[in-house]
Amino acid sequence: MKTSLVVLIIVGIFVIGGIFLLGSGNGGPTGNVVADGKDVSGKTSTAKPSGSIEIKGSDTIVELVSNLAEAYEKTNPNVRLSVTGGGSGTGIASLINGEIDIADASRPIKDEEKKEAADKGIGSYEFSIARDMLSVIVHDGNPVKALTTEQVAKIYKGEITNWKDVGGKDEKITLYGRQSTSGTYVFFMEHILKGDYSKEMKNMEGNQAILDAVRQDESGIGYVGIGYIVDDSGNKVDGIEVLKVNGISALEFDKINQYAVSRPLYQYFAELPKEGTAEYDFLMFELGEDGQNIVEKTGFVKLTNIDRGRNIALLR
Amino acid sequence: MLLRDNKEKIIKGFFTSTGIFVLVILLGIFVFLLINGIRIIGNINLIDFFFSSNWNPAGYYGASWGILSMIVGTIFVTAGALIFAIPLGLACSVYLAEIAKPKARETIKPIIEMIAGIPSVVLGLIGMLFLSPLIAHIFGLSNGLNALTASIIVGIMVLPTIISISEDVLTSLPKEFREASLALGATKWQTIRMVLIPAAASGIFASLMLGLGRAIGETMAVLMVAGNSIAMPHSFFDSVRPITANIAIEIKEVVRGSLHYEALFAIGTILFFMTFIVNFISDWIIQKQVRKYKW
Repeated sequence: MKTSLVVLIIVGIFVIGGIFLLGSGNGGPTGNVVADGKDVSGKTSTAKPSGSIEIKGSDTIVELVSNLAEAYEKTNPNVRLSVTGGGSGTGIASLINGEIDIADASRPIKDEEKKEAADKGIGSYEFSIARDMLSVIVHDGNPVKALTTEQVAKIYKGEITNWKDVGGKDEKITLYGRQSTSGTYVFFMEHILKGDYSKEMKNMEGNQAILDAVRQDESGIGYVGIGYIVDDSGNKVDGIEVLKVNGISALEFDKINQYAVSRPLYQYFAELPKEGTAEYDFLMFELGEDGQNIVEKTGFVKLTNIDRGRNIALLR
Repeated sequence: MLLRDNKEKIIKGFFTSTGIFVLVILLGIFVFLLINGIRIIGNINLIDFFFSSNWNPAGYYGASWGILSMIVGTIFVTAGALIFAIPLGLACSVYLAEIAKPKARETIKPIIEMIAGIPSVVLGLIGMLFLSPLIAHIFGLSNGLNALTASIIVGIMVLPTIISISEDVLTSLPKEFREASLALGATKWQTIRMVLIPAAASGIFASLMLGLGRAIGETMAVLMVAGNSIAMPHSFFDSVRPITANIAIEIKEVVRGSLHYEALFAIGTILFFMTFIVNFISDWIIQKQVRKYKW
């Protein structure tokens, strides 16, 4: 009996110890992916790169990046890309934790995130791959068709709570927004609200969830990436109305420079992509003509010349 | 002889060790939660943590950490689920045990138990696409993403636990209980109400507590239908963000070792304590009841 007890205690110590190891390993268990990436960049110098790239992040552009990856894999069968969503915050956190190679983001990286990454010896090289005109949507039965950015900000901050105050029916406004993991959430907060969201806002799982909710709710207001409100043939989806913000609708692509809620969409690379690596090759594809055509087809807006200039400057 | 003794010892040791192993796992989980969660002390004002309802780790004016509205949200959904499930579950188990014909019982019981096998994400989807518009329509709300919808969905999840265990307890009561009661001139309803249910009380209570434990911990379906607003709920028609939903939403974005990460572990520890206390109380009451009715 005594010996068995000793055995038990030893087993117990191992189990607790194991659990601790799991908990305290900051980025430890995920080192493999990064190591793989390094191998790839080390040995390939010929024309056709190979390897695998892990991409994760913004829910707004997960469909766009999937389309880009799919098209790229067709001509480069040696490169395997895996693309997942979850939100910009999720992607950047994974990048910092060393789990992925590229983080998609619909907002710029925060200073503290940059610092956290640097502390762990991970880079965060920023490239913009497309532009978004973030659209503010309402139910199509809502008589309100246009708002100013100030009105949108006041609505989301909870200072305007009834549609009648902005020219609509006498009805309480229901706010739909993303969760704090979302780049769209942060972008909207920093550029439109310039303050905290109302606590009454419903926090939805993704762009599509907001779209579905606003479709069902006559008192609802929501914000989604432009890719979600146009279908494959470029028409607006049913059931919702895209509000004009300061006089311009997100559907007027040619007015992107005047539109109040236009933003670049980013990818953050854990390492500066070098010529000959799969990451570099994929980036070049995204920024090239084929890639930008896919950007437009998925419902986003091509990069402006200023964006292009910034990208090229960073690569040199 | 010696060989047999040793064999006996080994087998005994094996069974003892499995028992202790479970204990060690539980202890390990608890220690892991606590070690990660306890680090918030000193970094977050604990009074604000427990008594403020302003939770906003990514706030424009800086982070704030108040979990009160989440605890209230958890209580809303759990209480609502039990209010929905207890009368329905009890009535159904009485029907199955005392009123239904054997054939009906044999068909209905497995069907009820099948509800337990439905993945919670599927129930969440049904809640989102079917139940929440229905609730909005019935109560004249603009949308149905609120505590009531979440309560009903979670209530449906705990039904099989309550029905199945309560029914088992009722059927396992000695035949003499029923016969004696009926022989004294009691009607069937009187027998059920005054003899059988009191006699089975401890088992029924255990089933309710198991259901309660499940309701507190349910995440996925709640996340999909509760609306997840951080504001303090005032009625079942308000949107809520229970603790589980908050952890599931935010654990994806946290950097390991950051204050936000530790805060999520701290609320995880609180959730652990909530379920622990529920189980502890139920155990205690069951022990007392068993001593009262020795059948």
